[in-house]
Amino acid sequence: MTLYDKLWEQHRVMELEDGATLLYIDRHLVHEVTSPQAFEGLRLAGRKIWRAGRILAVEDHIVPTTADREMHDPAAIEQIQALRDNCAQADIALYRLGDARQGIVHVTGPEQGACLPGMSIVCGDSHTSTNGALGALAFGIGTSEVECVLATQCLPMHKAQNMRVQVEGNFGPGVGAKDLALALIGRMGTAGGTGHVIEYAGSAVRGLDMEGRMTLCNMSIESGARAGMVAVDDVTVDYVRGRPLAPTGAAWEAAVDAWRQLVPDPGAHFAREFCMDARTLAPQLTWGTNPEMVVSIHDRVPDPAELPQGPQRTHMQHALEYMGLAPGTPMQELRPDKVFIGSCTNARIADLRAAAQVVQGRRVAANIRQAMVVPGSVPVRLQAEQEGLAQLFVDAGFEWREPGCSMCLGMNPDRLQPGERCASTSNRNFEGRQGRGGRTHLLSPAMAAAAAVAGHFVDVREFL
Amino acid sequence: MPASAVTRFSACVAPLDRPNVDTDAIVPKQYLKSIRRTGFGAVLFDEWRYLDAGEPGDDHGKRRQNPDFVLNQSRYRNARILLTRENFGCGSSREHAVWALQEYGFRAVVAPSFADIFATNADNNGLLLIRLEVAVVESLFAGVQAQQGYSLTVDVSQQRLVDPAGHEHSFALDAVVRRRLLHGLDRIGEILRHREVIRAYEQRRSVQVPWLFPDAT
Ligand code: SF4
Repeated sequence: MTLYDKLWEQHRVMELEDGATLLYIDRHLVHEVTSPQAFEGLRLAGRKIWRAGRILAVEDHIVPTTADREMHDPAAIEQIQALRDNCAQADIALYRLGDARQGIVHVTGPEQGACLPGMSIVCGDSHTSTNGALGALAFGIGTSEVECVLATQCLPMHKAQNMRVQVEGNFGPGVGAKDLALALIGRMGTAGGTGHVIEYAGSAVRGLDMEGRMTLCNMSIESGARAGMVAVDDVTVDYVRGRPLAPTGAAWEAAVDAWRQLVPDPGAHFAREFCMDARTLAPQLTWGTNPEMVVSIHDRVPDPAELPQGPQRTHMQHALEYMGLAPGTPMQELRPDKVFIGSCTNARIADLRAAAQVVQGRRVAANIRQAMVVPGSVPVRLQAEQEGLAQLFVDAGFEWREPGCSMCLGMNPDRLQPGERCASTSNRNFEGRQGRGGRTHLLSPAMAAAAAVAGHFVDVREFL
Repeated sequence: MPASAVTRFSACVAPLDRPNVDTDAIVPKQYLKSIRRTGFGAVLFDEWRYLDAGEPGDDHGKRRQNPDFVLNQSRYRNARILLTRENFGCGSSREHAVWALQEYGFRAVVAPSFADIFATNADNNGLLLIRLEVAVVESLFAGVQAQQGYSLTVDVSQQRLVDPAGHEHSFALDAVVRRRLLHGLDRIGEILRHREVIRAYEQRRSVQVPWLFPDAT
């Protein structure tokens, strides 16, 4: 059996008459944006919450990241208030603004030990796949499904196909999980993983720390996969040990014994296999309007004329037009207006360390209008301050912000203006994702930091 | 939310000739601040549909429409079927995308493929997704281009799409989805009929993995 097969079996409650499997959900993460209509639906139907203790709510998507944390937008205030009311009524744990545990939902879950190996984990957010790094089955759901999980702690599901992504070799310096994730999506395409659950394996994946594995699993959804996961090993167990909500004492020992089983059986069958070599991988960045439109830093903006006439070519032309790019321009000549280091993809302590290393002793280039670091959670922020990373960023000219989703989706005031080009460590470069008319280039934290100090995209390896 | 029963309808088709249409494009983030399920029809495809920037609470009827966008062209004004390319609905899990399509008036979306979460959201709301071969979709695009008022007839119970020339294309439907479309369905209510089975599962698991059940009773 694959790891997914095992997790599926363990969470199977029953087969429904209509052919779907009823799957038990161990952990339900909730945030302000996709939950109000679900709570409302529950109330309208006169239903109760099945098991409030399994739910963890955080305020992250819409919250301001300025030091005062003052909200001015009446709609945002109403949405936050709705979450607070819903959680208070149902006795659901909520990490509010100002709480020492607050952060982006997919950073906070693992960090607090609310998400553990072997769990089934859902959230009304597609990047729930992040939590698969723990050796868990974690996937995003819609609001109707949020309502279903609130009411039943279960979801009717059809099993996805197994897919293994095998990555061998050691990454070169300055290259890591984000480059791998982008390169994979570039090769598989944004729909390459549709209908599949990806298990990341191989020596390169084993060699990643938990933060890197989370970055990789986070981006699974950008290849269309329902979930991504990494088998449990020492790195996993060491990460979970001592987390506030992790088991302790005898329960810890029993849990670790069980978690050690969360690996694929030898010879497990995968419907699809995909292989890559980490050794030859160069830093990656996107040029277009979806994450599969990706190149290496030494490449040029692609030329639609090289594609045959047809929808693909038109699509590329659209993307270039939106991004304000001329075919054939070297990627290194592009100059971002803003730099955003943050999001559930790349705002953990390891990400900030990698960026700070590049920034140290340098200044943000004059052509950069704004460079900001938005830590993934309060604990990450505090640790970065303790390690002196925050000071390095501030000295270099970065803004040092409070935790939240921020410019990953721009629901709060942090966003791009029309036409602005952004070097962003987030996960989506869709049209308008970071603000109407904004132009997003996805890259790693180290690459974003290098772009900030150089004033243009550049190979971070020149700065190491 | 059970949708009203649908068996057979004919409707005009609007062609959205792009692959990988993402849910950020279907409903941009600023409208996700709403805590309601309604009010998204007017902002469907907002950034393509309007030339000026929109915010929640705006009177969208007064905004400047983009005359080049397909839904703003008079020949597609009454379209109730959206024809598009592969991987429609990729990206964010926002169910608002489905609510917006339905409130605008779309009853079905035809494409070679859909993203997983979007498809589940559509199923849960009774928005019919029709998956057809790339070549068939291509021929429908050609048909829409060629003929003003091009319409298709959808027969849910027969799982069949009929074009104006009388060509029939059958499509697959999951049993649950079909039942929901034809009869309406309260899935949560159905699951809750099995509450004892869920409780028994929890009982079993609380012994096997007690650390997951600190709240076990
Ligand atoms: S940081 Fe971005 S991707 Fe992550 S949960 Fe927030 S909005 Fe979603």
